[in-house]
Amino acid sequence: MNDSIQQIDESSEHHQPSGITRWLYTTNHKDIGTLYLGFSLLMLFVGGAMAMIIRAELFQPGLQLIEPNFFNQMTTVHGLIMVFGAVMPAFVGLANWMIPLMIGAPDMALPRMNNWSFWILPFAFAILLASLFMEGGGPNFGWTFYAPLSTTYSNDNTALFVFSVHIMGISSIMGAINVIVTIFNLRAPGMTLMKMPMFVWTWLITAFLLIAVMPVLAGTVTMVLTDKYFGTSFFNAMGGGDPVMFQHIFWFFGHPEVYIMILPAFGIISTIIPTFSRKKLFGYHSMVYATSSIAFLSFIVWAHHMFTTGMPLAAELFFMYSTMLISVPTGVKVFNWVATMWRGSISFEVPMLFAIAFIVLFTIGGFSGLMLAITPADFQYHDTYFVVAHFHYVLVTGALFSIIAAVYFWLPKWTGHMFNIKLAKIHFWLSLISVNVLFFPMHFVGLAGMPRRIPDYALQFADFNMIISLGGFAFGLSQLLFVWCVVQCFRGGDKVPAKVWDGAEGLEWEVASPAPYHTFSTPPVIK
Amino acid sequence: MSQHRPLLKRLLIISSLMFGFAFALVPLYDVFCQVTGLNGKPSMQQAKTSESINIMQQVDVDFITHAQAGAPFKVIAKNQRMTVNTGEMNKVTFKASNLSDKDLVMQAVPSVSPGLSAQYLHKVECFCFQQQPIKAGESVDMTLLFYVDEELPTEIEEMTLSYALFDISDKL
Repeated sequence: MNDSIQQIDESSEHHQPSGITRWLYTTNHKDIGTLYLGFSLLMLFVGGAMAMIIRAELFQPGLQLIEPNFFNQMTTVHGLIMVFGAVMPAFVGLANWMIPLMIGAPDMALPRMNNWSFWILPFAFAILLASLFMEGGGPNFGWTFYAPLSTTYSNDNTALFVFSVHIMGISSIMGAINVIVTIFNLRAPGMTLMKMPMFVWTWLITAFLLIAVMPVLAGTVTMVLTDKYFGTSFFNAMGGGDPVMFQHIFWFFGHPEVYIMILPAFGIISTIIPTFSRKKLFGYHSMVYATSSIAFLSFIVWAHHMFTTGMPLAAELFFMYSTMLISVPTGVKVFNWVATMWRGSISFEVPMLFAIAFIVLFTIGGFSGLMLAITPADFQYHDTYFVVAHFHYVLVTGALFSIIAAVYFWLPKWTGHMFNIKLAKIHFWLSLISVNVLFFPMHFVGLAGMPRRIPDYALQFADFNMIISLGGFAFGLSQLLFVWCVVQCFRGGDKVPAKVWDGAEGLEWEVASPAPYHTFSTPPVIK
Repeated sequence: MSQHRPLLKRLLIISSLMFGFAFALVPLYDVFCQVTGLNGKPSMQQAKTSESINIMQQVDVDFITHAQAGAPFKVIAKNQRMTVNTGEMNKVTFKASNLSDKDLVMQAVPSVSPGLSAQYLHKVECFCFQQQPIKAGESVDMTLLFYVDEELPTEIEEMTLSYALFDISDKL
């Protein structure tokens, strides 16, 4: 029995289509994971280039390089690309690569759907990016596409934006369904839910969030589409609709969405910290419950994005307290990571450096989030650079740093080679310093009253903006080192054993490095 | 594959339901706002007339209007501010002018501030209940008949009734 399976595996390996068709037709979870990760790296640089344009324009006060309308398109598309094109596909790619390896499954449960959910993504972003070059330009209403900006006042290419978001949504929903079915049906015998690695747990919860809220986003953009082109009045007071309702529906999606972008990061950090502290993760059960309660709470806090829309006092208090409540399970996580490191034999390999930076900097983002949760204070902070600083701390030094940490952590497993450690450390230190030069001063200009989404600003913000822009250019350039590290590692380097890191635990370290094309055709035995 | 089908089916059903839920939020939102009166949307239903007057409680009511998206209308209340007793029936006349050289149809959408007072403002008759055709360059008088509920919390001493004016000629 085992032999025959082995033979089938080997023969199918020999009959692999080569060249481009290998990637187009592939149903292999490792290939698709690689595609997702490669695509998100490409999108990181596309979105990053837009950030560079934004920072170049803001380098000096006054309008220097681009028209305000194009500036608005840049902030909008930068946000959309980074959220839906860089962070989310990167996590789906990591899920594709690692979840089957971590739970001892031969592949994802629905491999054909897996292929489809990846290959529709490039079309979504091609549509979105193409609209930038059309007459009228791309979307310019902010990634949150508030009505009536996206309905009454938007340009004729809004339909392209809507369709591209539809496709991204379908892709995410299919990816999430695949993750859930894989985790529920394909775990190796003996791997109970409470024995699953944290990364698998956080992804399971993320997948449920995805299928709960991505359809709501699809519904929202559909309403924008019909309001704009077919004369409905969901968000138009003239026909009995309500523009404030847009914000309620959008943020009902939008708040769980931000946890979709951070829960897998928690899973990654919970994998890396124990490995290099050479201790078991402190409080595994509390981690699982904390993740679940964050996911639950994310559904009842959405209106904290809308304190200034004129809510009654009772609602403001409710959303303020429920938001602050989230810091409890998040605090549990941070303390558990710190407790895991406590008295561990810590070594500072590159993934660990990024993980520690994540804990510190994500916590800063969490604290500024708490400040924003205070309703009376939020009236001052709303729509300023303080908000920009907050969500870039949680998304760049949070989500993105965790993705980079994960790539450095598992790259030797994927390629069979160790990356250039010296170069990777330079990448880390350059990123760490430049990212703080980039985002930390934003807190201060925000508190001093500089509004977000503007191409020009008052003169007193000039010096800080120049510093911010310099940090931005440095951070953008530093990421080229990351690409070089990854490319070099694929090409060659020191051979690594199956268990790349001596403190690592988990099934993925029991298969050879590089991971064979087919793994766990027979389920492993779980002790 | 067959072992995955039941779970796959369930997850697809959840996704479709959530897509429907986004649209269900629209009526839910309206119902929620009507029940709680949170967003200052007064009822668009004709109210019964009031039967008693509370001479002890007074409230100032302001009337403002603003034309939306360049709609060529001007609407002014003859009395822009009234002090009324709760329960007392009041009549306000608005003068509406069509500033353009075309025959247009106007729709007024009311809103009350502070939002929580919206549920205490009862309109027995309002020009906002119907679409108002106004000939080019002409002016018409429009009537609002209303009273403020005696249940109005005493801390509310002032309220503003605001009308957003829309040109809906193209939509007809």
